[in-house]
Amino acid sequence: MKRSFIAKNPSVLIFLAILALFTLLITVMSEGFGVGGISTSFIKTLGKTLCLCLIALAMDVIWGYTGILSLGHFAFFGLGGYMIGMWLMYERTRLIVVDSLAQAEIPPTDGEVIDAIGNQIFGVVGSSDFPLIWAFADSLMIQLMLVVLVPGLLALVFGWLAFRSRVTGVYLSILTQAMTLALALYLFQNDSGLRGNNGLSGLQNLPGVTASQDHVSLWFFWASAAALGGGYVLCAWLVSGKFGSVLRAIRDNEARVRFLGYSVEMYKLVIFTLTACIAAIAGALYYPQAGIINPAEIAPIASIYLAVWVAIGGRGRLYGAVIGAAFVSLLSTWFTGGQAPDINLGFYTIKWVDWWLVLLGLSFVLVTLFAPKGIGGLIDIFTDRRAAKEAKQ
Amino acid sequence: MSTLLEVSGVSVTFDGFRAINNLSFQIAEAEMRAVIGPNGAGKTTFMDIVTGKTRPDEGRVIWGEKSVSLLGMNEAKIAQAGVGRKFQKPTVFEDQSVQENLLMALQNKRGWLAVLRYRPSPEDLVKVVDLAEKIGLKDQLFRKSGELSHGQKQWLEIGMLLAQEPRLLLVDEPAAGMTPAEREHTTDILVEAAKTRAVVVVEHDMEFVRRLNCKVTVLHEGAVLAEGSLDHVTSDQNVIDVYLER
Ligand SMILES: Nc1ncnc2c1ncn2[C@@H]1O[C@H](COP(=O)(O)OP(=O)(O)O)[C@@H](O)[C@H]1O
Ligand SMILES: [Mg+2]
Repeated sequence: MKRSFIAKNPSVLIFLAILALFTLLITVMSEGFGVGGISTSFIKTLGKTLCLCLIALAMDVIWGYTGILSLGHFAFFGLGGYMIGMWLMYERTRLIVVDSLAQAEIPPTDGEVIDAIGNQIFGVVGSSDFPLIWAFADSLMIQLMLVVLVPGLLALVFGWLAFRSRVTGVYLSILTQAMTLALALYLFQNDSGLRGNNGLSGLQNLPGVTASQDHVSLWFFWASAAALGGGYVLCAWLVSGKFGSVLRAIRDNEARVRFLGYSVEMYKLVIFTLTACIAAIAGALYYPQAGIINPAEIAPIASIYLAVWVAIGGRGRLYGAVIGAAFVSLLSTWFTGGQAPDINLGFYTIKWVDWWLVLLGLSFVLVTLFAPKGIGGLIDIFTDRRAAKEAKQ
Repeated sequence: MSTLLEVSGVSVTFDGFRAINNLSFQIAEAEMRAVIGPNGAGKTTFMDIVTGKTRPDEGRVIWGEKSVSLLGMNEAKIAQAGVGRKFQKPTVFEDQSVQENLLMALQNKRGWLAVLRYRPSPEDLVKVVDLAEKIGLKDQLFRKSGELSHGQKQWLEIGMLLAQEPRLLLVDEPAAGMTPAEREHTTDILVEAAKTRAVVVVEHDMEFVRRLNCKVTVLHEGAVLAEGSLDHVTSDQNVIDVYLER
């Protein structure tokens, strides 16, 4: 079964090979494990980019293959980040507190330690008590499970309500925007239990690990690459075979699929929840590399960008989503990071920090109008031509 | 023969317009039935009601030997119960190959877990080839169905219906846009299918209906106007009036 799947999808092998080569190359060029040449901060950027590629895969499966334009998947990404962030922040603060109290003449009680941790974490929002949702923050195992469970449950409940009422098309997109907006607004509140607009910070420091960021950054880079590789195989498997057939059929004519006897609502719910879980895992790997997560991350616009990446990369083909996310997000970093040279027109200077969004919006419109298959479509033209040539011989 | 589908006293109103008016209709197992009637008579709406797309305001739709009501079921459940439907406009999944279309329609488990684990068995692949042969698409198995001609798409949809192995087949204007030769082939497929299941064919073309050689139901303004052999209904004064009126 496994063999026939890979055999039928040679692009999966090609993708994995390129990803492995890329990972090796970056490792060799790194400060931590290689000869140097790529800065640790750029390795973090690349690692984060891999995570964005992973959520783009999820977006492609839900939008490109199933036809559900979800504009809320960054909510799941962010929630995944929050779940792992809670443990990272709790554990690191606990170590610091224990350390500083160790010098005290009277050994601190457990209660005092907990109070001190609470003070450290929640002082910024004028509180020192642990909210209920932090009940498991001391357990890495449980928080890791929550990375998938919390966003998965949200997707399940939201999807059940929306799909059962047969909300489709632009109405569903608006509903998903409302979901991510509501979640962001809730998290912005100081008494949300997740430090309001301060968010969770210091996430780049692994508690109890003394290795330098030169090394830690690579660990996360490797983990992100592995997750992207695994995610690619999973998504390719989902969209191939009869299940993928049904997904694409739902995209093209869901009413007809019902008359074939398939429960369209159930399939939508399953794929919505599954892609939410993939997004959550991507987020859980992203934010330790970013170092900080706050509610602004899951603002509605983030999910719209995600759709733009996938559209530019080419929806309905998995490598297209990866290319789109990598290409556009790296360009975005370059343009908005002030590295791009400003263009002096004499009468006006184009500052990319301001104009990048205009350029992105324009590319999106142009791609939608003239190259609906996106960048991935160009690769198709190339491979189709080669296939045609081979067929002729 | 026992009754497979019994529709009784069904009415549907769209924005005050009565599209179906106290309609009653029965079909037995392994029966072929032609439904004719002028445009707007409610033929398609009748199929919408049976397949769960449209909910009637009143009336009953009873199915099978256990006499279950189809009214409380959604489209997928009704299809699983054994009602297959071909639409007026050919609707196949154009982005997918003929084989993929047929495999999706093939009578197998419809649940997502079962579908996720599904690998086409050799028997299934043989069934698909047999079906493709029957609908004249054996050489087109791996072509995208969007590239097929209009008539071929109609056949593919009929093939998908047969693949579902339904007990009742509802076929809406299958011969529309077909060449005479294609029509003949279509008749053959339908007559063959009706040997083992109930088939309801909606058609405008009298020649086509004559070749089906079956009982005919004439619909007019959402109700049955006449029923019987083709010769019987075409000599019925009410039917003549309705058709001449147009
Ligand atoms: N969804 C709908 N909304 C409003 N009117 C409808 C709808 N469906 C059908 N009708 C009307 O009901 C009547 C019967 O339509 P239909 O069943 O399609 O006729 P036929 O298939 O016999 O030509 C027509 O007058 C049509 O305009
Ligand atoms: Mg009609």
